[in-house]
Amino acid sequence: MRYSCMETVKLKKDQSKKKTGIKITGAEAIIHCLLAEGVDLIYGYPGGAIMPVYDELYKFQDKLTHILTRHEQGATHAAQGYARVTGKVGVAMATSGPGATNLVTGLADAQIDSTPIVCITGQVPRHLLGSDAFQETDIIGISTPVTKWNHQITKAAEIPEVMAKAFYIAKSGRPGPVLIDITKNAQFEEFEFSYEKCTGVRSYKPVPEPSVKAIEAAAELINSAKKPYVVWGQGVILGKAEEALKTLIEKAGIPAAWTIMGESAIPTDHPLNVGMVGMHGNYGPNVLTNECDLLIAIGMRFDDRVTGSLDTYAKQAKVIHFEIDPAEINKNVPVDIAVLGDAKTTLELIIPLINKNSHEDWRKEFDKKYEEEFAQVIEKDLHPTKPGLTMGEVIEEINLASGHEAVMVTDVGQHQMVACRYAKFKHSKSNITSGGLGTMGFALPAAIGAKMGAMDREVVAIIGDGGYQMTIQELGVIFQHNVPVKIVVLNNDHLGMVRQWQELFFESRYASTVMTNPDFVKIAEGYHIEAKRVTERKDLKATVQEMMASKNPYFLEVRVEKEDNVFPMIPSGASVSDIRLK
Amino acid sequence: MKKQRFTISVYSENNVGLLNRISGIFLKRHINVESLNVSKSEIENVSKFTIVVNTTEDWTRKIVAQIEKQIEVIKAFYHTDDETIFQESALFKIASHLLFDERQIQNIIKESNSQIVTVSRDFFVLAKTGRRHEIDEMHDQLEPFGIMQFVRSGRIAVTKSEMPITTILEDFYQDK
Repeated sequence: MRYSCMETVKLKKDQSKKKTGIKITGAEAIIHCLLAEGVDLIYGYPGGAIMPVYDELYKFQDKLTHILTRHEQGATHAAQGYARVTGKVGVAMATSGPGATNLVTGLADAQIDSTPIVCITGQVPRHLLGSDAFQETDIIGISTPVTKWNHQITKAAEIPEVMAKAFYIAKSGRPGPVLIDITKNAQFEEFEFSYEKCTGVRSYKPVPEPSVKAIEAAAELINSAKKPYVVWGQGVILGKAEEALKTLIEKAGIPAAWTIMGESAIPTDHPLNVGMVGMHGNYGPNVLTNECDLLIAIGMRFDDRVTGSLDTYAKQAKVIHFEIDPAEINKNVPVDIAVLGDAKTTLELIIPLINKNSHEDWRKEFDKKYEEEFAQVIEKDLHPTKPGLTMGEVIEEINLASGHEAVMVTDVGQHQMVACRYAKFKHSKSNITSGGLGTMGFALPAAIGAKMGAMDREVVAIIGDGGYQMTIQELGVIFQHNVPVKIVVLNNDHLGMVRQWQELFFESRYASTVMTNPDFVKIAEGYHIEAKRVTERKDLKATVQEMMASKNPYFLEVRVEKEDNVFPMIPSGASVSDIRLK
Repeated sequence: MKKQRFTISVYSENNVGLLNRISGIFLKRHINVESLNVSKSEIENVSKFTIVVNTTEDWTRKIVAQIEKQIEVIKAFYHTDDETIFQESALFKIASHLLFDERQIQNIIKESNSQIVTVSRDFFVLAKTGRRHEIDEMHDQLEPFGIMQFVRSGRIAVTKSEMPITTILEDFYQDK
């Protein structure tokens, strides 16, 4: 393997020491800042306004690996994939102008899905700011709504403090993307470098103090509830609260469901893990939201794809919201008790106050609903009898071949919903997807980042034929660095999810959703990636096994049924109770 | 929920770009800002935004939460008109001859408690500080005589209740 992330990790350990009194350029200072923050891997694309930094990257390549993505958007998604799988800050770099604007989708994705990334952009020299210089764009203005924080550096001396702040802000509290724009003159200027990590910003309180009163009140509600129900989100993973959540639900015997961003925090086969909520989630978790007497939301934000119509969402239930971000409280769903703080701290505080319970009758309701869903949907998806291949059976074969150990990276659309529904996980941080923004093209670059962040794990990207072609150029990275990701394209020659909506809600007028696709196997082979195509069921198992056993990158196209629909489904704007099984 | 006027007070660091970030919060929700004033505050190196909106309390609360979430915002509050002492300022530029030709103008100046800021051969300038309706009233009275230029400031307001910014900042430095 040409790229080895693991080796470079060892090399950077002693770099966090403070350097004082040495005059270096701003460009070199940026490298020292990155090393001091423990960064050993960045994704990016060079260009005029960032060239001094790339020149330093060349000198420091033994300590800091730079991966040239084939488009700046790929760099942001790769940084996201890396961040999501490691819990560390992902870093992407680009030049000014188009390089910077190409980061916007990744920033927006990271913002809505709370992913810690730091993006560094070059900018025209200070004296040219505002002159419409070549490749000048106001990236601070453009990126403001899609960043947790952004800042423009115009003097080299500002670099250490701003970079330290960038990393602190990206990863603390509710994480998010930060963009630092650095004018070219600041990259050339020399100054005395010293670095101190940021430990606080006076106007920013990353984690609110948990209130003992709120925790006691929440405990009382949980202890007196007859039909308590937990819905957890990514906050559990970001807050490293997986064990605490498991302890809580086991002690109180509470069935617990997840949003797609929270998936894998608790193993799929845990008896209290009742499945997925939301538009294409499981039947029981959706319907029973409107039958529980206490809804305990943990680290989730009541997205409209989760709640359906708010007017009919859990109106019968008391609601407790464990949440790190005060702005999320009462934003979409009014709550009875808000427990502010990071999930691990607050859950650990409440566990001793919770009475043991089992809620067996209530849990049986979920089993019953699952049986109904199994008979009407799941069985047909996983063990179809019709000739055409289903997306579900492909996911199931991957489950069998991976032993539930793999990281699954999904794109956006039907395959994403099917993968989230049927993928089985043993470990947290295993489901990497674009949840809030729904960014087609996310999966391929994100899988590269995920693999480089977890070289010891299998990483399988599940992608539709539409999204695949949005960032297909990143096959170049997989080839150049021999990144051993497994790429599965579920090809139905359609933009499947939009086609499904057209079928159900627009009288089958398939406006611009039919795709004439190229030979994906040949394209992968063009990048010297081993590639296979499966068109018949009889070849599926062996090919998936071959793919999973491969030590190299592997591309698998599965020709699935062209006009399958994903069910269950809550039609847009309908109630969770009105979820359709067909 | 009914719409009403709220005054949002934002204490923040004095940084380039924060105005854009805050105005973006209104833009994203398609909420029109009635007036916006940025100035220094009672605390050194802390800026204060005074923003007036006409919307529901629910929206105002959500907006304030989003504003407060911004890294460089120390704290944000919202208040009703009853909870604040507020004023606006206006300047009227009027042709000088009217001061002598139209006796009524002198009465308006006296009754409105406005000041003459400057007088030149061609024009004079009146300054008026007060509530919006007082300024509007004065504008309506002067309009028939001809106003050469008119400008009104955004609302500035102080609240009857305390806004404990100093405590927040002290707590931060104590924790460090």
